[in-house]
Order: sequence, then structure tokens, then C-alpha cells
Amino acid sequence: MRARHEDLEPVWRTPPGIAALTGVNHTTVGLRYVVTGFAFFLIGGVLAMLMRSQLTFAGNTLLDHHQYNAAFTLHGTVMMFFFAVPILLGFSAYLVPKMVGARDLIFPRLSAFGYFCYLFGGLLLMSSVVYGEPPTGGWFMYTPLSSRPFTPDSGPDFWLLGVTFAEISAVAGAVELIATIFKGRVPGMTLARMPLFVWAILVTAFMIVFAFPPLILGSILLEVERAFGLPFYDAARGGDPILWQHLFWLFGHPEVYIIFLPAAGIVSTIIPTFARLPMIGYRWVVVALVATGFLSFGLWVHHMYAVDIPLVSLSFFSAASMAVVIPTGIQVFAWIATLWHGRPEVRAPLVFVMGFFFVFVLGGLTGVMVALVPFDWQAHDTHFVVAHLHYVLFGGMVFPLLAGLYYWLPLVSGKRLSDFGSRLVFWLVFVGFNLTFLPMHLTGLVGMPRRVYTYADGMGWDLLNFISTVGGFLTAAGIGAFLVDLALQGRFSRRARPNPWNAGTLEWAMPSPVPSYNFVSQPRVEDRDPLWRDPELGARQQRAEFYLGHAPVKRREMLVTGALSAEPEQVAILPGNTWVPLFAALFMGVFFVGVLAQVYAIAILGIVLAAGAFLAWAWKTPEGVGGERDMDAGLGARLPLHHTVARSPGWWGTAIVLFADAALYGSLIYAHLFLWTVSPSWPPPGYLDVGFALPAVALAILALSSVAVQWRQYGLAAALAVAAAVLQSYALAASGLAPGSHAYSAVVFMLWTVQAVHIAIAVAMALFTLRRRAAGYDEAQVPAVTRLFWHYMVAQWGAGFAVVHLFPFVAA
Amino acid sequence: MALAGCEGIQSALDPAGPNADAIYRVTVVMTVGAVVIFALVLLLVLYATYRHPDRRPAVSTRLLIVGGGVVFPVVVLSALLAWGVWLTGALRVPPGNDAVRIEVVANMFWWDVRYLDEHGQARFATANEIAIPVGRPVEFTLGSRDVIHSFWVPNLAGKIDMIPGRVTRLRLQADRPGLYRGQCAEFCGPQHARMAFLVVALPEPQYAEWLENQREPARAPLQHQGREAFLAHGCASCHTVRGVSQAALLGPDLTHVASRAWIGAGTLANTPEQLVTWIAEGERVKPGRAMPSFGHLDRETLEALAAFLSELR
Repeated sequence: MRARHEDLEPVWRTPPGIAALTGVNHTTVGLRYVVTGFAFFLIGGVLAMLMRSQLTFAGNTLLDHHQYNAAFTLHGTVMMFFFAVPILLGFSAYLVPKMVGARDLIFPRLSAFGYFCYLFGGLLLMSSVVYGEPPTGGWFMYTPLSSRPFTPDSGPDFWLLGVTFAEISAVAGAVELIATIFKGRVPGMTLARMPLFVWAILVTAFMIVFAFPPLILGSILLEVERAFGLPFYDAARGGDPILWQHLFWLFGHPEVYIIFLPAAGIVSTIIPTFARLPMIGYRWVVVALVATGFLSFGLWVHHMYAVDIPLVSLSFFSAASMAVVIPTGIQVFAWIATLWHGRPEVRAPLVFVMGFFFVFVLGGLTGVMVALVPFDWQAHDTHFVVAHLHYVLFGGMVFPLLAGLYYWLPLVSGKRLSDFGSRLVFWLVFVGFNLTFLPMHLTGLVGMPRRVYTYADGMGWDLLNFISTVGGFLTAAGIGAFLVDLALQGRFSRRARPNPWNAGTLEWAMPSPVPSYNFVSQPRVEDRDPLWRDPELGARQQRAEFYLGHAPVKRREMLVTGALSAEPEQVAILPGNTWVPLFAALFMGVFFVGVLAQVYAIAILGIVLAAGAFLAWAWKTPEGVGGERDMDAGLGARLPLHHTVARSPGWWGTAIVLFADAALYGSLIYAHLFLWTVSPSWPPPGYLDVGFALPAVALAILALSSVAVQWRQYGLAAALAVAAAVLQSYALAASGLAPGSHAYSAVVFMLWTVQAVHIAIAVAMALFTLRRRAAGYDEAQVPAVTRLFWHYMVAQWGAGFAVVHLFPFVAA
Repeated sequence: MALAGCEGIQSALDPAGPNADAIYRVTVVMTVGAVVIFALVLLLVLYATYRHPDRRPAVSTRLLIVGGGVVFPVVVLSALLAWGVWLTGALRVPPGNDAVRIEVVANMFWWDVRYLDEHGQARFATANEIAIPVGRPVEFTLGSRDVIHSFWVPNLAGKIDMIPGRVTRLRLQADRPGLYRGQCAEFCGPQHARMAFLVVALPEPQYAEWLENQREPARAPLQHQGREAFLAHGCASCHTVRGVSQAALLGPDLTHVASRAWIGAGTLANTPEQLVTWIAEGERVKPGRAMPSFGHLDRETLEALAAFLSELR
């Protein structure tokens, strides 16, 4: 019997009313991200208008210094962390499964959890305004200005905790997207047939996995310094404020491309659709995306040219900053080639892409200028850079975003689009934007620094600032017109037919508005643009001609395919709607609020409750005890269920999390080595006379536990790990390690503390695995995940041990 | 405001020395290049989109992508990079022995300036205003007493950060006499916007005179109500006036404060009236400065203080 809409909808849908909070479906969660992200965009925009108003003329007193400094701090923070990244993640969460032919993201509860972390992080940050202690140290939070002695109020704490909370969602989203892209593509969609948007998201997600941990680590260190006085950034006690800058920009530069690449993916989707031609230079574009991902990690110092960096490093980073132009150039010319060879039809989304070309190319060219060290020494921290970064980010992200919103709106609303409204929006935003920021290049070169709440008149800055303010309000009017247009179209537009743009990608193979389960049956594809090859594909999948189209429908099933082969491998049983992600995020919120209020009992309570929620999460799997181990997936494929397979999606997800985890620990090791290079003696005299023997024994015991885990001796492994932890803790305590006295002991303390947390998690996982076995679960997934984490945990301390005990020993 | 009619005294587009001039040339060349490339790419995009649908390109797609996306940027950027790296090195070459050596330590939100002898010892201190001789290289040794600041006089050179726990250096030279305004370029807290300073480039003879004058202790009137007020109301616990009070480090050195054009690191013009304002209501004028307002002093005392300070030439 074949499935129909009426069979699938009750199983997959998000319930109405308050129970909607239990929704885990990617369509629901993706839209929540987009709407919340847009709300933050409006908040950031209001802050921008306040700043522009203040700078309209010299000596204006609309805002005082405190309000202005809070405004630019929150503007940057909101736009980067609470608008740009989350809204693009929302786009991806919504679109990626549809584009790869999946029914959902592969870890639905994780998407819901990530969204709540993002929302609560944003609320935490914005609540600082209500409490009258907003952060005022800039979105970059440079130390020592943000350290306790110079900012005793809670502003930086709101920032550090709110942003870190939200970053959990970025990492969670990245893990989710990578796993879905690797394991959730429909049969036949090999990597070489993947839509370019999905390629862009894959690269972006990997960049998030490696780029966010340095900032998370930097934030943890700064919060620990502010709360407990461990001197990581305090020059007087062996720390270095420049360490913060390295950790921040190690995140901050990839961040720019994390924002740009998804937008480039949107452009690579829209241009072929309206040029009526498959993308020219597909392979070139893929190589360019991957190259950008790698190069973006070699650029961070170009934000620090004025920090007195050695000439060799300056030259290297200058060269790398210019090299990144090449992959971007390749994409630009591939887009031009596609337009040139096609028969372009200029509809609203393509109009915004035209605006993108104009603004982004100009921003790229000024980017080359600031990549040149001597020029940057003049332009750095002036309004020239404000102009440059808005050309790159607004041009490289907001224009494609608006293009994408108009492009995919029919999918969400099922309504047809009128061209008139969107063109009006375009011209308002385009003219307004350029009026704001084009003169600003000059404002900077004639000497106006950034982040000044007031300026003297007669410096030649007055007229330029006035023009920028007028332009700013025109842009704001454009965004307002966009909202009006949206409302009018939602109200008055006629119903759209399916695939209104005649696009070639799979998301248009479903009716609009899209159903909660996406596909009645999951198709097989043979082409990059499957709908151009077979315009009937949409109708056929709805007739349940492909995989998993059977009825009755009892649970959420989704095909899992080979990462490279894209051939059917497993069937994943996805969890349904649940309150657990909301409560897990709420309990995390309790932790963050506890730290913020410095009531550590509440923080610990939050952690305990969150741990409980995570255990419930892991325990309550949809497949249950017993039951079948494989099933007929249709088209003659009999496939195992995911929990019976060691390399299940869960194993993949854990592996990706461990990459992020390694990046976090690697950042801590980087901090240790960096402070070593700037310090006259490391360890400082009289520190850590701990000897070598005891830690070496502890490491050996820990290594042994890995063997035990491999032999499925979870209890023994847990006992060994605890013994190793006790021994190592004793060794450090016996050496009189005083974390507050010097940056060296502070970093060593952190290296061990982070490791101890990992040991605790590993032990919990081992006991959990034992308990599952005792409860009668016959599964391969959970033990495989436990073993993977365990081996990683031991390897991590191998690195930590080398840094803490081996390097000083060898160096001495 | 104090600075009315100062257009161009803080501009990278009006270079007054070799360092800023070299960067200015790079700026002009890159701006012209960027405009040309921008126009070409945009014309290409517009043509590709709006041409007659039957007009297909004569060039192959590979040539377009490889030529425009790889070959062209590699050639242009390599040349630019070579120039940039060479110039970066050239701008950082340590000056010879004839260089003037000046130490500047940044504070929230003012500049502590010390002129150094050949052994690197301070000869005298001043604040917020730096005189330099025209035609001679100057090497600044830069540090910070609190947070990170950045030293920037765009008419003379690019900027360099001032970092607690570290020493950075900047070399520059002025080729024509004049006033050049500098400003902190790294966000440093509440009054980052009001942390300016003045570089006064003087011909060699006037510079020598200036130096001679600054080295001397204050020529302060001995019997002066303002002098007594200065000592009685605690001014001397933060401000040094050599010859009048003991050395104090918390605030700007005021030994020759009347010789400066501005007070409050570029906040107000240095007139007796503004001095009264600055002493009595400085926290309103520049909220977040370290010095408390002395509004509780009576008008007569304030005016006497201002008159006394105005004598310190």
C-alpha cells in the first residue's frame, strides 16, 4: 500500500498551540531561526539608526558616550552572532534537507535544542539593556578593557555568556548539517551532483566546527579571569592581552566567510535558475568554496597589522589575504559565464543578485586595499574599514539574503510573487546603502576614527557624516518596505503553482506550502538538476513511486545513504516531537544565569539538571527495546535500522563534535604555547616542580582504560579513568599549583580541568552503555559512540600531557 | 569648539612627511586600480545579463573563469604584494643617530610624553602636545599604562597600537612645519572619542627654543593665590609642576601647560575661561576622565587657579 499525505502528516507535523514548542521538524525549526534572526536584524538596525543619528553633526548630544558605546557594541554583536550566522543556519536547516531529498535533518532534537540556545542566548544578552549594564567594550571585547579592573560592571559577562550560549547553537547546527549532508542525501546524489548551495553549507559548517571553538575557549578564559582572577590576559601576571586578539580573530576572520559562503551558495542557486542554464564551472566553484574555507583560517592577523607583528608574519598574512581573492574571483566569473551563456530572465531575486554584484565586488576591492599592510596602517580602525566591512557583509550577505527570501518565499507561503514591490524595496535599499557607505571611505581617509561618539566640527567630516545618516534612513525605509511587501503579498497574492521559477533542484519537487515530511517517497536522482531532467519527478515522488513510500506510516523514517556513494545504507528512525530539547536549553540557561549572577550554586544546579535532560534525551530513543532490526525500504532495498549499525548517523555526529572539541582543546594548547613565546621564562621560576613520574603513570593508566573500553569492559575502563584522574589531580595539587598567581599555572590548571570534564563525561557514557545493555537494548550505535568518545578523550590527554609535562621537561 | 577650521589637520590624504606620503601614493594607485576593475566587472555583469539573448560570448567559459578569476588577480596581486611588502619593511627601518627620541605612554584618556636623551633617559615630561623638528626623523617609543590604545597622526604616518606590557615603536618625519592632529585609534573606553593630541612641527631653530623652554622648571609667580590654591586643593598630588611641587604621575605634567594649544587631550581650547570650565565641570565635559570636578571651589579660587596655570608658559 502506498503512503499519502493523510498518512504522513499526523506522524510528522508540529502540533498547534503551546505544544508547538515540542516541534523538532526542520521546517518548523528553520523558519523559527529565520524569523528570530530577522527580528534581531531589526534590533541591530535600530541601533545603527541611533548611531547614525548621533553622528549626523559634530557635537550632537542625542546619545551620551555610554549609550553610544553600548549601541555599537550591541549592533556588531547582534548583527554577527544573532542575525547573520543564525539566519543563514535557519536557511540551511530549512533548505538543505529539501535540497538533498531528505525528510528532516538527521538529529531533529539537536536542531530544536540549538534554536532554543540561540534564542535564550540572545535574550540573555539583550536583558543587559534592561538591567542597565549593557556591554560597552565593542563586539571584539578586547582585553584588558573588558577585564574586571577596567570594566567592573557586568556588561562583558552578559556579552561572554550570551554569545557563548548562542554559539552552542551554531556548533550544534553545523554538526547537524554536516551529518545530514554526508548521510542524508537521496540515492544517486553523489558529492559531484550536490547542489552548490549544499556544498557551500557543507564548507561553512566545517568552518564553524573549527572556527567557533577558539572564541568559545577565549570567552571561557576571559569569564574565568573576570570571575576567579586567573590571569590569562593580564600582562602583570604573565598573561598577554594580545592572546585574546589572536583567539578572537582566529574565529573572527573565518566568521566573515561563514557569513559569505552560504550567501554565495544562494547566488549560485538563483543565477542558473534565471539564466535557464546549469551552473557553468560547477567544479571550479566547488574547489573555490573549499579553498576559501581553508584560506580563511590563514588570514586572522590582518585584523592586527597595527599590533607590531614581525615583518615575516605581516608578509605572510598579507599574501594570504590577497590569495583569498582568487577563489572569490573564480566564483564571480563563473556566475558571469553562466549569465552570459544562458537566457537571463530578470525577475526580483536576480535584481537583488545584481545589487550583490555591485556592492560585493566593491567591498572585495577595498578588501584588497586593506590587505596591503602600509595602507591598513592608515585605514585600520577608521571609517574606511566601517565602509569596507559593510560593503562585504551587507553586499555579500544581506543582498543575497533578500534575493533568497524572495526566491524561496513561494515554497513557504505557496503564494505568487509580484515584481513591483520587491523592485521598490531593492532600489530603496540599494541607493540608501551606497549613500551611507560610499562616502564613508572618504570619511575614514580624512581622519575620522571608528567608535567615537562625538567629533569636533571643522575637521572636514561634517557633510560626509550628514550624507551617511540620510542614506542610513533610506536603507531603513527599504527594510520597512520589505516588511510591508511581505505582509501585502501574504495577504493578497494568488496561489503559486509548484516550482514557480522552473528551477532544477529538489526542493521544488514538493507542493507548496511544503508538507512537514517533505517527500511522500524519497526519490533517486541522476543529475545535478533533477527537475530539469525529469519535470515529472515531483508528481512521481508524491505518487510514492520511490523509497519509503509505504503505508501505514507508524513513525518518522528517513533513508541514510553512503557518504560518498550515496547508495542506501540504513533507515533512520527519527524521534518525534518532545519537550526535552526545550528543557535541556532552559537548564543550560539556568547555568548561564547562575554564572552571570555569580551564584555558583545555581550554576551547578543548572548543570546537574541539564545533564539529567541529556541523559533522558539519550535514553529515550524512538526504536525502543526489541522490535525489528531491518525493513523493506522500497524499490527492492532491505535495509538495517540505524541503531543496529556501528557507523550510524549518531556515530558520525559524535565524530564531528569531536572535531570541534579538538579545536577547543587545540585552542587552549595554542594559548599555552603563545604565552610561552611572549614570556621571558616558561614555566616561570619556582613553578610546577611536579616531576615527571606521577603524571606519566596517570597517563599510562588512562591509556590502559582505552584498551578496556575496546574490549567492552566498560566498568573496568571507568574505574581506570577515575584512578588516573585522581592520580593526576594529586600530582598537580602536590606541586602547589596556584592558578591565580601566574598565567602559566592558570593555563595548566585549565588544560587539566577541561580534561577532567572529558573524563567525567566518558565515565558517564560508559555507565550509560552498561545500563542500556542491562535494560535489554540490543544495539550497536550506543557502544560505538562510547568507544569513539573514549579513545578521543585519552588521545586528548596525550596531547595535554605532552604540553604540560613533556615540553618543559624537554626544553629544560 | 576648540578645533574649528582645522580641516585637513588629521587626514591621510594630506601627507606632510615621507612616511605618510609613501602610503598616500599606494592609496592613490590602488584607488584608481580598484575603480577601473570595478567598472570592468560591473559592465561585464550588466552586459551578460541584459544583452540580446542571441548574443553569446565569443570567449570560452574556461578562458573567462581562468583568465578573470585566476590569471588576472594573480598577476595584479603579486605586483601589489611585492610593493606592499617592500614598503612595509622600508617604513619600519630604524632611524639613524640623529633621530629625536620621544616616549609616549597612553592613559585613559590622555598622552604622557617624555623626551629622551641618547641613553634613553627622560629629559623632561609634557603631555598631549608633541613638538618635533622639521626634516629630522623621530622615533616614538610607545606603551600604555592601562588598556590598549593606538597612536595615529595620519598626516605623518600610519598607526601603531600601544599595549600594556609591551613596547612598540613608530618612526616618522615631518617635511613641512605645521600643526598635525593625532587621535587614539583603538577603542579604549568611555572617552575614546576625546583622546586627541597635537604634533607641532617646528623649524629647527624654533624647535631648539621650545626644547630649551620645556627643560626649564616652571617660571611660576611666587606670590600667587592660584599657586596656593594649586597646592592647597590637592592638584599637586596628581599633576607635576616642576619647581612648584613634587613629581606626581597620575595626571598630565603641567610645568609648561600654558604653552599648549588645548586642554583635556584636545577637548577644549587652552584659555583661562575654558580652564575654569575644565577644573570645575570637567566630568560633565569629558565624562569618565579620572580627575574629579572641583565645582565646590568658589569662583575666585577657580579663576586664580586658571590664571596661575595660564602663567606656566
